[in-house]
Amino acid sequence: MNKIALFFFAVWSFFVVVRLALNWDANEMIFYKILSDPSTDAWLGRDDYGRSILARLIDGLINSLTIVFIVTLVASSIGIIIGVVAGYFGGKIDQLISYFINLFMSFPGILLAIAFAAILSPGKLNLIIALSIGSWVSYARLARAQTLITKNCDYVKASKTMGSNDFWILKKHILPALQTPLLVEGTYSVAGLIIAEASLSFLGLGIQAPEASLGGMMRDSVRFLLVSPHYAIFVGASIMSLVYCINATGDFLHKYWNVEIIHDR
Amino acid sequence: MKNNLSFEVFYLVLQIFGIFTISFILLHLVPGDPILIMLGESSTISDRVALRESLGLDQPLLQQLYHSLRGIFQGDFGVSIFSQQPVAQLITEAIKNTYVLAITSLMITLTFGLTAGFFAAKNQGQWLDKWISNSSLFFISIPHFFLGPLLILLFSIFLGWLPVSGMSGFNSIILPALTLALGLLAVTIKMTRNCMVDLMNSDVVRTARAKGLSEWSVMIHHVFRLVLIPIVTLLGMQFGSLLSGAVITETIFSWDGIGKLLVDSIQTRDYPITQACILLIATSYVCINFLTEILYQFIDPRMRHS
Repeated sequence: MNKIALFFFAVWSFFVVVRLALNWDANEMIFYKILSDPSTDAWLGRDDYGRSILARLIDGLINSLTIVFIVTLVASSIGIIIGVVAGYFGGKIDQLISYFINLFMSFPGILLAIAFAAILSPGKLNLIIALSIGSWVSYARLARAQTLITKNCDYVKASKTMGSNDFWILKKHILPALQTPLLVEGTYSVAGLIIAEASLSFLGLGIQAPEASLGGMMRDSVRFLLVSPHYAIFVGASIMSLVYCINATGDFLHKYWNVEIIHDR
Repeated sequence: MKNNLSFEVFYLVLQIFGIFTISFILLHLVPGDPILIMLGESSTISDRVALRESLGLDQPLLQQLYHSLRGIFQGDFGVSIFSQQPVAQLITEAIKNTYVLAITSLMITLTFGLTAGFFAAKNQGQWLDKWISNSSLFFISIPHFFLGPLLILLFSIFLGWLPVSGMSGFNSIILPALTLALGLLAVTIKMTRNCMVDLMNSDVVRTARAKGLSEWSVMIHHVFRLVLIPIVTLLGMQFGSLLSGAVITETIFSWDGIGKLLVDSIQTRDYPITQACILLIATSYVCINFLTEILYQFIDPRMRHS
Protein backbone atom coordinates (compact mmCIF):
# COMPACT_ATOMS: atom_id res chain seq x y z
CA MET A 1 0.00 0.00 0.00
CA ASN A 2 0.95 3.61 -0.57
CA LYS A 3 3.55 4.75 2.01
CA ILE A 4 2.19 8.27 2.48
CA ALA A 5 -1.29 6.88 3.07
CA LEU A 6 0.07 4.36 5.58
CA PHE A 7 1.84 7.19 7.39
CA PHE A 8 -1.36 9.28 7.67
CA PHE A 9 -3.25 6.18 8.68
CA ALA A 10 -0.76 5.54 11.50
CA VAL A 11 -0.93 9.17 12.66
CA TRP A 12 -4.72 9.14 12.74
CA SER A 13 -4.89 5.80 14.57
CA PHE A 14 -2.26 6.97 17.07
CA PHE A 15 -4.28 10.08 17.94
CA VAL A 16 -7.55 8.19 18.17
CA VAL A 17 -5.92 5.74 20.61
CA VAL A 18 -4.39 8.60 22.62
CA ARG A 19 -7.74 10.36 22.66
CA LEU A 20 -9.52 7.25 23.95
CA ALA A 21 -6.76 6.38 26.43
CA LEU A 22 -6.36 9.84 27.97
CA ASN A 23 -10.07 10.62 27.58
CA TRP A 24 -9.57 14.21 26.40
CA ASP A 25 -12.52 16.49 26.88
CA ALA A 26 -13.21 18.13 23.52
CA ASN A 27 -15.59 20.62 25.13
CA GLU A 28 -13.29 21.88 27.86
CA MET A 29 -13.04 25.65 27.46
CA ILE A 30 -10.10 27.69 28.72
CA PHE A 31 -11.05 31.27 28.03
CA TYR A 32 -7.73 32.99 28.58
CA LYS A 33 -6.22 30.74 25.90
CA ILE A 34 -8.70 31.58 23.12
CA LEU A 35 -7.19 31.07 19.65
CA SER A 36 -3.77 30.39 21.15
CA ASP A 37 -0.95 28.88 19.08
CA PRO A 38 0.06 25.22 19.33
CA SER A 39 1.49 24.42 22.76
CA THR A 40 2.17 21.40 24.97
CA ASP A 41 -1.31 21.26 26.47
CA ALA A 42 -3.08 21.64 23.11
CA TRP A 43 -0.82 20.33 20.36
CA LEU A 44 -2.62 22.11 17.54
CA GLY A 45 -3.64 25.23 19.46
CA ARG A 46 -7.07 26.24 20.72
CA ASP A 47 -10.21 27.45 18.95
CA ASP A 48 -12.43 30.49 19.51
CA TYR A 49 -13.88 29.03 22.72
CA GLY A 50 -10.49 27.98 24.04
CA ARG A 51 -11.11 24.31 23.22
CA SER A 52 -8.26 22.08 22.10
CA ILE A 53 -8.33 21.84 18.29
CA LEU A 54 -6.67 18.40 18.28
CA ALA A 55 -9.21 16.93 20.69
CA ARG A 56 -12.06 18.34 18.62
CA LEU A 57 -10.51 17.10 15.40
CA ILE A 58 -10.38 13.55 16.75
CA ASP A 59 -13.95 13.80 18.03
CA GLY A 60 -15.02 15.25 14.69
CA LEU A 61 -13.29 12.37 12.93
CA ILE A 62 -15.10 9.81 15.10
CA ASN A 63 -18.44 11.56 14.56
CA SER A 64 -17.88 11.84 10.85
CA LEU A 65 -16.80 8.22 10.44
CA THR A 66 -19.75 6.98 12.51
CA ILE A 67 -22.21 8.81 10.28
CA VAL A 68 -20.43 7.77 7.11
CA PHE A 69 -20.42 4.15 8.30
CA ILE A 70 -24.17 4.16 8.99
CA VAL A 71 -24.89 5.87 5.68
CA THR A 72 -22.77 3.34 3.82
CA LEU A 73 -24.60 0.50 5.54
CA VAL A 74 -28.04 1.94 4.76
CA ALA A 75 -27.25 3.09 1.23
CA SER A 76 -25.49 -0.13 0.22
CA SER A 77 -28.26 -2.37 1.61
CA ILE A 78 -30.93 -0.41 -0.25
CA GLY A 79 -28.81 -0.12 -3.37
CA ILE A 80 -27.85 -3.81 -3.46
CA ILE A 81 -31.43 -5.03 -2.96
CA ILE A 82 -32.81 -2.72 -5.63
CA GLY A 83 -29.95 -3.38 -8.04
CA VAL A 84 -30.06 -7.17 -7.66
CA VAL A 85 -33.84 -7.29 -8.06
CA ALA A 86 -33.63 -5.17 -11.22
CA GLY A 87 -30.75 -7.13 -12.68
CA TYR A 88 -31.97 -10.60 -11.80
CA PHE A 89 -35.67 -10.39 -12.62
CA GLY A 90 -35.39 -7.96 -15.54
CA GLY A 91 -38.43 -7.05 -17.61
CA LYS A 92 -40.90 -4.43 -16.40
CA ILE A 93 -39.36 -4.23 -12.89
CA ASP A 94 -35.96 -3.57 -14.40
CA GLN A 95 -37.35 -0.82 -16.65
CA LEU A 96 -39.06 0.91 -13.75
CA ILE A 97 -36.02 0.70 -11.48
CA SER A 98 -33.70 1.80 -14.26
CA TYR A 99 -35.89 4.85 -14.81
CA PHE A 100 -35.50 5.79 -11.14
CA ILE A 101 -31.78 5.08 -11.20
CA ASN A 102 -31.41 7.38 -14.18
CA LEU A 103 -33.53 10.06 -12.54
CA PHE A 104 -31.31 10.02 -9.45
CA MET A 105 -28.16 9.70 -11.53
CA SER A 106 -29.00 12.93 -13.30
CA PHE A 107 -28.04 14.85 -10.14
CA PRO A 108 -24.76 14.85 -8.33
CA GLY A 109 -25.23 13.15 -4.94
CA ILE A 110 -24.04 16.12 -2.91
CA LEU A 111 -26.60 18.45 -4.54
CA LEU A 112 -29.33 15.94 -3.74
CA ALA A 113 -28.08 15.70 -0.16
CA ILE A 114 -28.07 19.50 0.19
CA ALA A 115 -31.62 19.63 -1.15
CA PHE A 116 -32.84 16.97 1.24
CA ALA A 117 -30.96 18.39 4.19
CA ALA A 118 -32.64 21.70 3.32
CA ILE A 119 -36.10 20.15 3.23
CA LEU A 120 -35.59 18.10 6.40
CA SER A 121 -34.39 20.13 9.36
CA PRO A 122 -30.74 19.94 10.48
CA GLY A 123 -29.73 17.07 12.76
CA LYS A 124 -27.86 13.78 12.81
CA LEU A 125 -30.72 11.51 11.74
CA ASN A 126 -31.73 13.81 8.90
CA LEU A 127 -28.10 14.09 7.84
CA ILE A 128 -27.98 10.30 7.56
CA ILE A 129 -31.22 10.25 5.56
CA ALA A 130 -30.04 13.02 3.23
CA LEU A 131 -26.67 11.39 2.56
CA SER A 132 -28.26 7.96 2.06
CA ILE A 133 -30.69 9.32 -0.51
CA GLY A 134 -27.75 10.86 -2.32
CA SER A 135 -25.61 7.74 -2.40
CA TRP A 136 -27.69 4.57 -2.84
CA VAL A 137 -27.73 4.97 -6.62
CA SER A 138 -24.11 4.10 -7.28
CA TYR A 139 -24.53 0.82 -5.36
CA ALA A 140 -27.74 0.01 -7.20
CA ARG A 141 -26.11 0.63 -10.57
CA LEU A 142 -23.10 -1.49 -9.78
CA ALA A 143 -25.18 -4.30 -8.25
CA ARG A 144 -27.49 -4.35 -11.27
CA ALA A 145 -24.65 -4.47 -13.79
CA GLN A 146 -22.79 -7.13 -11.83
CA THR A 147 -25.94 -9.24 -11.44
CA LEU A 148 -26.59 -9.10 -15.16
CA ILE A 149 -23.09 -10.37 -15.87
CA THR A 150 -23.21 -13.15 -13.29
CA LYS A 151 -26.72 -14.24 -14.31
CA ASN A 152 -25.49 -15.17 -17.76
CA CYS A 153 -22.46 -17.13 -16.56
CA ASP A 154 -22.41 -20.82 -17.35
CA TYR A 155 -22.28 -21.96 -13.75
CA VAL A 156 -25.46 -20.05 -12.92
CA LYS A 157 -27.20 -21.50 -15.97
CA ALA A 158 -26.02 -24.96 -14.93
CA SER A 159 -27.34 -24.43 -11.44
CA LYS A 160 -30.66 -23.36 -12.92
CA THR A 161 -30.78 -26.44 -15.14
CA MET A 162 -30.28 -28.59 -12.09
CA GLY A 163 -33.43 -27.10 -10.60
CA SER A 164 -32.17 -24.46 -8.17
CA ASN A 165 -34.75 -21.88 -7.27
CA ASP A 166 -34.21 -18.10 -7.47
CA PHE A 167 -33.51 -17.74 -3.77
CA TRP A 168 -30.76 -20.36 -3.88
CA ILE A 169 -29.13 -18.82 -6.94
CA LEU A 170 -29.22 -15.34 -5.42
CA LYS A 171 -27.72 -16.58 -2.18
CA LYS A 172 -25.14 -18.98 -3.54
CA HIS A 173 -24.10 -17.38 -6.82
CA ILE A 174 -25.17 -13.78 -7.31
CA LEU A 175 -24.44 -12.23 -3.90
CA PRO A 176 -20.96 -13.78 -3.49
CA ALA A 177 -20.02 -12.47 -6.93
CA LEU A 178 -21.07 -8.98 -5.86
CA GLN A 179 -18.82 -8.90 -2.82
CA THR A 180 -15.48 -7.66 -4.08
CA PRO A 181 -16.61 -5.03 -6.60
CA LEU A 182 -19.02 -3.60 -4.03
CA LEU A 183 -16.34 -3.48 -1.34
CA VAL A 184 -14.04 -1.52 -3.65
CA GLU A 185 -16.86 0.79 -4.75
CA GLY A 186 -17.85 1.18 -1.10
CA THR A 187 -14.35 2.25 -0.10
CA TYR A 188 -14.24 4.95 -2.75
CA SER A 189 -17.71 6.14 -1.85
CA VAL A 190 -16.70 6.48 1.82
CA ALA A 191 -14.13 9.07 0.73
CA GLY A 192 -16.82 10.95 -1.18
CA LEU A 193 -19.20 10.70 1.77
CA ILE A 194 -16.66 12.20 4.17
CA ILE A 195 -16.39 15.24 1.91
CA ALA A 196 -20.18 15.37 1.51
CA GLU A 197 -20.74 15.15 5.26
CA ALA A 198 -18.13 17.83 5.88
CA SER A 199 -19.73 20.05 3.21
CA LEU A 200 -23.16 19.73 4.79
CA SER A 201 -21.79 20.43 8.26
CA PHE A 202 -19.84 23.34 6.77
CA LEU A 203 -23.12 24.80 5.50
CA GLY A 204 -24.71 24.30 8.92
CA LEU A 205 -26.96 21.50 7.64
CA GLY A 206 -25.17 18.60 9.30
CA ILE A 207 -23.92 17.93 12.80
CA GLN A 208 -24.88 20.85 14.99
CA ALA A 209 -22.63 22.75 17.42
CA PRO A 210 -21.40 22.23 20.11
CA GLU A 211 -20.78 18.70 18.89
CA ALA A 212 -17.49 18.47 17.03
CA SER A 213 -17.56 17.86 13.27
CA LEU A 214 -14.90 18.28 10.62
CA GLY A 215 -17.08 20.52 8.44
CA GLY A 216 -18.31 22.59 11.38
CA MET A 217 -14.73 23.21 12.51
CA MET A 218 -13.81 24.25 8.98
CA ARG A 219 -16.61 26.80 9.00
CA ASP A 220 -15.56 28.18 12.40
CA SER A 221 -11.93 28.36 11.36
CA VAL A 222 -12.72 30.42 8.25
CA ARG A 223 -14.02 33.19 10.50
CA PHE A 224 -10.62 33.44 12.21
CA LEU A 225 -8.33 33.22 9.20
CA LEU A 226 -6.72 36.54 10.02
CA VAL A 227 -6.00 35.77 13.68
CA SER A 228 -5.09 32.10 13.59
CA PRO A 229 -4.53 30.76 10.09
CA HIS A 230 -3.15 27.52 11.52
CA TYR A 231 -6.69 26.56 12.65
CA ALA A 232 -8.05 26.42 9.10
CA ILE A 233 -4.93 24.78 7.74
CA PHE A 234 -4.93 22.01 10.37
CA VAL A 235 -8.61 21.22 9.87
CA GLY A 236 -8.43 21.32 6.08
CA ALA A 237 -5.25 19.25 5.96
CA SER A 238 -6.80 16.67 8.29
CA ILE A 239 -9.84 16.25 6.06
CA MET A 240 -7.63 15.96 2.98
CA SER A 241 -5.29 13.42 4.57
CA LEU A 242 -8.26 11.35 5.70
CA VAL A 243 -9.80 11.32 2.24
CA TYR A 244 -6.41 10.53 0.75
CA CYS A 245 -5.99 7.52 3.08
CA ILE A 246 -9.35 6.11 2.11
CA ASN A 247 -8.86 6.63 -1.61
CA ALA A 248 -5.46 4.94 -1.34
CA THR A 249 -7.12 2.00 0.45
CA GLY A 250 -9.61 1.83 -2.41
CA ASP A 251 -6.78 1.78 -4.96
CA PHE A 252 -5.02 -0.93 -2.96
CA LEU A 253 -8.12 -3.16 -2.78
CA HIS A 254 -8.83 -2.53 -6.45
CA LYS A 255 -5.37 -3.79 -7.39
CA TYR A 256 -5.23 -6.53 -4.77
CA TRP A 257 -8.46 -8.21 -5.82
CA ASN A 258 -7.94 -7.25 -9.43
CA VAL A 259 -11.64 -6.46 -9.82
CA GLU A 260 -13.34 -4.75 -12.68
CA ILE A 261 -15.90 -2.12 -11.70
CA ILE A 262 -18.64 -2.15 -14.30
CA HIS A 263 -21.47 0.32 -14.08
CA ASP A 264 -23.27 0.07 -17.38
CA ARG A 265 -24.66 -2.96 -19.03
CA MET B 1 -31.75 13.72 -35.62
CA LYS B 2 -35.00 15.68 -35.71
CA ASN B 3 -36.89 12.82 -34.15
CA ASN B 4 -34.16 12.34 -31.63
CA LEU B 5 -34.20 16.00 -30.65
CA SER B 6 -37.97 16.23 -30.14
CA PHE B 7 -37.80 13.11 -28.01
CA GLU B 8 -35.04 14.64 -25.93
CA VAL B 9 -36.98 17.87 -25.45
CA PHE B 10 -39.96 15.82 -24.34
CA TYR B 11 -37.79 13.89 -21.90
CA LEU B 12 -36.34 17.17 -20.57
CA VAL B 13 -39.81 18.55 -19.85
CA LEU B 14 -40.76 15.26 -18.22
CA GLN B 15 -37.66 15.39 -16.06
CA ILE B 16 -38.30 18.96 -14.92
CA PHE B 17 -41.89 18.07 -14.12
CA GLY B 18 -40.66 15.03 -12.18
CA ILE B 19 -38.22 17.14 -10.15
CA PHE B 20 -40.93 19.63 -9.33
CA THR B 21 -43.46 17.03 -8.27
CA ILE B 22 -41.00 15.04 -6.16
CA SER B 23 -39.65 18.10 -4.35
CA PHE B 24 -43.19 19.39 -3.83
CA ILE B 25 -44.49 16.13 -2.42
CA LEU B 26 -41.43 15.62 -0.22
CA LEU B 27 -41.68 19.11 1.18
CA HIS B 28 -45.26 18.36 2.20
CA LEU B 29 -44.78 14.82 3.40
CA VAL B 30 -41.90 15.59 5.72
CA PRO B 31 -42.93 15.13 9.35
CA GLY B 32 -43.30 18.40 11.24
CA ASP B 33 -45.49 21.35 10.47
CA PRO B 34 -43.73 24.01 8.37
CA ILE B 35 -46.02 26.66 9.84
CA LEU B 36 -44.94 25.71 13.34
CA ILE B 37 -41.28 25.74 12.33
CA MET B 38 -41.61 29.12 10.61
CA LEU B 39 -43.49 30.87 13.40
CA GLY B 40 -41.98 29.06 16.38
CA GLU B 41 -43.61 27.19 19.25
CA SER B 42 -44.72 30.35 21.05
CA SER B 43 -46.86 31.71 18.19
CA THR B 44 -50.59 32.20 18.64
CA ILE B 45 -53.08 29.89 16.97
CA SER B 46 -54.70 32.71 15.01
CA ASP B 47 -51.31 33.63 13.50
CA ARG B 48 -50.77 30.03 12.47
CA VAL B 49 -54.18 29.79 10.85
CA ALA B 50 -53.66 33.09 9.03
CA LEU B 51 -50.26 32.05 7.64
CA ARG B 52 -51.57 28.62 6.68
CA GLU B 53 -54.38 30.23 4.73
CA SER B 54 -52.19 32.82 3.05
CA LEU B 55 -49.76 30.10 1.91
CA GLY B 56 -52.68 27.93 0.80
CA LEU B 57 -51.53 25.03 2.96
CA ASP B 58 -55.07 24.31 4.14
CA GLN B 59 -56.12 23.06 0.71
CA PRO B 60 -55.86 19.46 -0.52
CA LEU B 61 -52.42 18.41 -1.76
CA LEU B 62 -53.38 18.05 -5.42
CA GLN B 63 -54.97 21.47 -5.50
CA GLN B 64 -51.85 22.98 -3.93
CA LEU B 65 -49.71 21.27 -6.55
CA TYR B 66 -51.94 22.65 -9.30
CA HIS B 67 -51.84 26.17 -7.84
CA SER B 68 -48.10 26.34 -7.46
CA LEU B 69 -47.56 24.86 -10.94
CA ARG B 70 -49.89 27.50 -12.40
CA GLY B 71 -48.07 30.17 -10.43
CA ILE B 72 -44.69 29.07 -11.76
CA PHE B 73 -45.91 29.19 -15.35
CA GLN B 74 -46.98 32.75 -14.71
CA GLY B 75 -43.60 33.58 -13.18
CA ASP B 76 -45.04 33.76 -9.69
CA PHE B 77 -43.01 31.87 -7.10
CA GLY B 78 -44.72 33.37 -4.08
CA VAL B 79 -43.43 35.87 -1.56
CA SER B 80 -40.45 35.52 0.75
CA ILE B 81 -41.62 35.05 4.33
CA PHE B 82 -38.57 36.75 5.75
CA SER B 83 -38.11 39.85 3.58
CA GLN B 84 -41.62 40.01 2.05
CA GLN B 85 -40.11 40.51 -1.42
CA PRO B 86 -41.35 38.46 -4.39
CA VAL B 87 -39.29 35.27 -4.65
CA ALA B 88 -39.00 35.61 -8.43
CA GLN B 89 -37.17 38.91 -8.05
CA LEU B 90 -34.74 37.65 -5.41
CA ILE B 91 -34.01 34.56 -7.45
CA THR B 92 -33.38 36.30 -10.77
CA GLU B 93 -30.84 38.54 -9.08
CA ALA B 94 -29.13 35.56 -7.43
CA ILE B 95 -29.08 33.30 -10.47
CA LYS B 96 -27.48 36.09 -12.52
CA ASN B 97 -24.63 36.35 -10.02
CA THR B 98 -24.19 32.59 -9.92
CA TYR B 99 -24.01 32.36 -13.69
CA VAL B 100 -21.43 35.16 -13.83
CA LEU B 101 -19.34 33.16 -11.36
CA ALA B 102 -19.89 29.79 -13.05
CA ILE B 103 -19.15 31.08 -16.55
CA THR B 104 -16.01 32.88 -15.38
CA SER B 105 -14.69 29.68 -13.85
CA LEU B 106 -15.64 27.68 -16.94
CA MET B 107 -13.67 30.19 -19.03
CA ILE B 108 -10.66 29.86 -16.72
CA THR B 109 -10.96 26.09 -16.91
CA LEU B 110 -11.18 25.98 -20.69
CA THR B 111 -8.35 28.43 -21.43
CA PHE B 112 -5.85 27.15 -18.89
CA GLY B 113 -6.97 23.54 -19.03
CA LEU B 114 -6.55 23.15 -22.76
CA THR B 115 -3.28 25.12 -22.81
CA ALA B 116 -1.69 23.27 -19.91
CA GLY B 117 -2.91 19.91 -21.20
CA PHE B 118 -1.50 20.76 -24.61
CA PHE B 119 1.94 21.63 -23.25
CA ALA B 120 1.98 18.62 -20.97
CA ALA B 121 1.24 16.35 -23.91
CA LYS B 122 3.80 18.09 -26.12
CA ASN B 123 6.53 17.66 -23.49
CA GLN B 124 5.37 14.18 -22.58
CA GLY B 125 7.46 12.54 -19.85
CA GLN B 126 9.58 15.62 -19.18
CA TRP B 127 9.65 17.70 -16.00
CA LEU B 128 6.90 20.09 -17.15
CA ASP B 129 4.54 17.20 -17.83
CA LYS B 130 5.31 15.61 -14.47
CA TRP B 131 4.92 18.89 -12.63
CA ILE B 132 1.56 19.61 -14.28
CA SER B 133 0.31 16.08 -13.59
CA ASN B 134 1.35 16.12 -9.93
CA SER B 135 -0.05 19.55 -9.14
CA SER B 136 -3.32 18.72 -10.88
CA LEU B 137 -3.60 15.61 -8.70
CA PHE B 138 -3.40 17.90 -5.68
CA PHE B 139 -6.16 20.16 -6.95
CA ILE B 140 -8.46 17.26 -7.83
CA SER B 141 -8.43 16.03 -4.25
CA ILE B 142 -8.79 19.36 -2.43
CA PRO B 143 -12.38 20.14 -1.38
CA HIS B 144 -13.86 23.58 -2.10
CA PHE B 145 -14.26 24.45 1.57
CA PHE B 146 -10.50 24.10 2.09
CA LEU B 147 -9.30 25.56 -1.21
CA GLY B 148 -11.29 28.76 -0.67
CA PRO B 149 -9.72 29.58 2.72
CA LEU B 150 -6.28 28.63 1.40
CA LEU B 151 -6.62 31.07 -1.50
CA ILE B 152 -7.87 33.78 0.87
CA LEU B 153 -4.87 33.17 3.13
CA LEU B 154 -2.42 33.36 0.26
CA PHE B 155 -3.80 36.16 -1.92
CA SER B 156 -5.74 38.32 0.53
CA ILE B 157 -3.99 38.02 3.86
CA PHE B 158 -0.33 37.31 3.07
CA LEU B 159 -0.02 39.04 -0.29
CA GLY B 160 -2.87 41.52 0.13
CA TRP B 161 -3.64 41.56 -3.60
CA LEU B 162 -7.32 40.66 -3.62
CA PRO B 163 -10.33 41.34 -1.39
CA VAL B 164 -11.25 38.63 1.14
CA SER B 165 -14.93 38.47 0.19
CA GLY B 166 -17.88 40.48 -1.04
CA MET B 167 -18.90 41.64 -4.50
CA SER B 168 -17.18 44.96 -5.14
CA GLY B 169 -15.57 45.31 -8.52
CA PHE B 170 -13.75 42.96 -10.83
CA ASN B 171 -11.12 41.88 -8.32
CA SER B 172 -13.60 40.21 -6.03
CA ILE B 173 -14.66 37.62 -8.61
CA ILE B 174 -11.13 36.24 -9.03
CA LEU B 175 -10.87 34.20 -5.82
CA PRO B 176 -14.33 32.58 -5.89
CA ALA B 177 -13.95 31.81 -9.59
CA LEU B 178 -10.52 30.26 -8.97
CA THR B 179 -11.89 28.20 -6.08
CA LEU B 180 -14.57 26.79 -8.35
CA ALA B 181 -12.28 26.38 -11.33
CA LEU B 182 -9.14 24.75 -9.92
CA GLY B 183 -10.63 21.32 -9.26
CA LEU B 184 -12.32 21.22 -12.65
CA LEU B 185 -9.18 22.64 -14.24
CA ALA B 186 -7.12 19.78 -12.87
CA VAL B 187 -9.50 17.19 -14.34
CA THR B 188 -9.54 19.02 -17.66
CA ILE B 189 -5.74 19.16 -17.85
CA LYS B 190 -5.43 15.47 -17.08
CA MET B 191 -8.03 14.52 -19.65
CA THR B 192 -6.67 16.83 -22.36
CA ARG B 193 -3.18 15.50 -21.82
CA ASN B 194 -4.16 11.84 -21.93
CA CYS B 195 -6.40 12.33 -24.98
CA MET B 196 -3.71 14.21 -26.86
CA VAL B 197 -1.06 11.64 -26.06
CA ASP B 198 -3.36 8.91 -27.40
CA LEU B 199 -4.25 10.93 -30.46
CA MET B 200 -0.70 11.88 -31.38
CA ASN B 201 0.12 8.21 -31.74
CA SER B 202 -3.06 7.47 -33.71
CA ASP B 203 -3.59 6.75 -37.39
CA VAL B 204 -5.48 10.01 -37.94
CA VAL B 205 -2.45 12.08 -37.02
CA ARG B 206 -0.01 9.84 -38.83
CA THR B 207 -2.08 10.15 -42.00
CA ALA B 208 -2.35 13.91 -41.62
CA ARG B 209 1.41 14.19 -41.20
CA ALA B 210 1.99 11.88 -44.15
CA LYS B 211 -0.17 14.14 -46.30
CA GLY B 212 2.42 16.82 -45.58
CA LEU B 213 0.28 19.08 -43.40
CA SER B 214 2.15 21.49 -41.20
CA GLU B 215 2.45 20.58 -37.53
CA TRP B 216 0.18 23.52 -36.65
CA SER B 217 -2.51 22.40 -39.06
CA VAL B 218 -2.37 18.84 -37.71
CA MET B 219 -2.80 20.15 -34.19
CA ILE B 220 -5.70 22.49 -34.91
CA HIS B 221 -7.68 20.49 -37.46
CA HIS B 222 -7.17 16.97 -36.25
CA VAL B 223 -5.96 16.69 -32.70
CA PHE B 224 -7.70 19.68 -31.20
CA ARG B 225 -11.13 18.95 -32.66
CA LEU B 226 -11.05 15.40 -31.43
CA VAL B 227 -9.87 16.48 -27.99
CA LEU B 228 -12.84 18.84 -27.70
CA ILE B 229 -15.34 15.96 -27.73
CA PRO B 230 -14.40 14.37 -24.39
CA ILE B 231 -13.73 17.80 -22.87
CA VAL B 232 -17.22 19.07 -23.71
CA THR B 233 -18.76 15.91 -22.24
CA LEU B 234 -16.61 16.25 -19.16
CA LEU B 235 -17.47 19.91 -18.59
CA GLY B 236 -21.16 19.26 -19.15
CA MET B 237 -21.09 16.38 -16.69
CA GLN B 238 -19.09 18.39 -14.19
CA PHE B 239 -21.47 21.33 -14.29
CA GLY B 240 -23.37 19.77 -11.43
CA SER B 241 -20.26 19.76 -9.28
CA LEU B 242 -19.81 23.40 -10.27
CA LEU B 243 -23.31 24.18 -9.02
CA SER B 244 -22.90 22.28 -5.75
CA GLY B 245 -19.44 23.79 -5.39
CA ALA B 246 -21.04 27.19 -5.91
CA VAL B 247 -23.18 26.65 -2.81
CA ILE B 248 -20.04 26.34 -0.67
CA THR B 249 -17.91 28.85 -2.54
CA GLU B 250 -20.58 31.52 -2.42
CA THR B 251 -20.97 30.98 1.30
CA ILE B 252 -17.22 31.38 1.87
CA PHE B 253 -16.85 34.49 -0.26
CA SER B 254 -20.24 36.11 0.53
CA TRP B 255 -21.09 36.02 -3.16
CA ASP B 256 -24.83 36.77 -3.48
CA GLY B 257 -25.68 33.87 -5.73
CA ILE B 258 -28.27 31.13 -5.68
CA GLY B 259 -26.18 28.93 -3.39
CA LYS B 260 -25.83 31.56 -0.70
CA LEU B 261 -29.52 32.41 -1.05
CA LEU B 262 -30.35 28.73 -0.55
CA VAL B 263 -28.20 28.39 2.57
CA ASP B 264 -29.48 31.67 4.01
CA SER B 265 -33.09 30.71 3.32
CA ILE B 266 -32.58 27.37 5.06
CA GLN B 267 -31.21 29.15 8.10
CA THR B 268 -34.08 31.67 8.22
CA ARG B 269 -36.59 28.90 7.35
CA ASP B 270 -37.89 30.79 4.36
CA TYR B 271 -39.65 27.84 2.68
CA PRO B 272 -40.81 29.51 -0.56
CA ILE B 273 -37.23 30.60 -1.32
CA THR B 274 -35.74 27.23 -0.40
CA GLN B 275 -38.16 25.44 -2.68
CA ALA B 276 -37.60 27.85 -5.57
CA CYS B 277 -33.80 27.61 -5.19
CA ILE B 278 -33.81 23.81 -5.24
CA LEU B 279 -36.12 23.77 -8.22
CA LEU B 280 -33.98 26.29 -10.07
CA ILE B 281 -30.66 24.56 -9.37
CA ALA B 282 -32.09 21.19 -10.38
CA THR B 283 -33.70 22.60 -13.52
CA SER B 284 -30.60 24.42 -14.67
CA TYR B 285 -28.59 21.27 -14.08
CA VAL B 286 -30.91 19.21 -16.27
CA CYS B 287 -30.97 21.94 -18.93
CA ILE B 288 -27.17 22.12 -19.04
CA ASN B 289 -27.02 18.35 -19.49
CA PHE B 290 -29.47 18.72 -22.36
CA LEU B 291 -27.41 21.50 -23.98
CA THR B 292 -24.27 19.40 -23.61
CA GLU B 293 -25.97 16.64 -25.55
CA ILE B 294 -26.87 19.09 -28.34
CA LEU B 295 -23.39 20.61 -28.39
CA TYR B 296 -21.95 17.13 -28.50
CA GLN B 297 -23.88 16.33 -31.65
CA PHE B 298 -22.74 19.62 -33.12
CA ILE B 299 -19.05 18.93 -32.52
CA ASP B 300 -19.14 15.25 -33.40
CA PRO B 301 -21.08 14.63 -36.63
CA ARG B 302 -21.00 10.88 -35.99
CA MET B 303 -23.43 11.38 -33.10
CA ARG B 304 -26.10 12.86 -35.38
CA HIS B 305 -26.68 9.66 -37.26
CA SER B 306 -26.52 7.18 -34.45
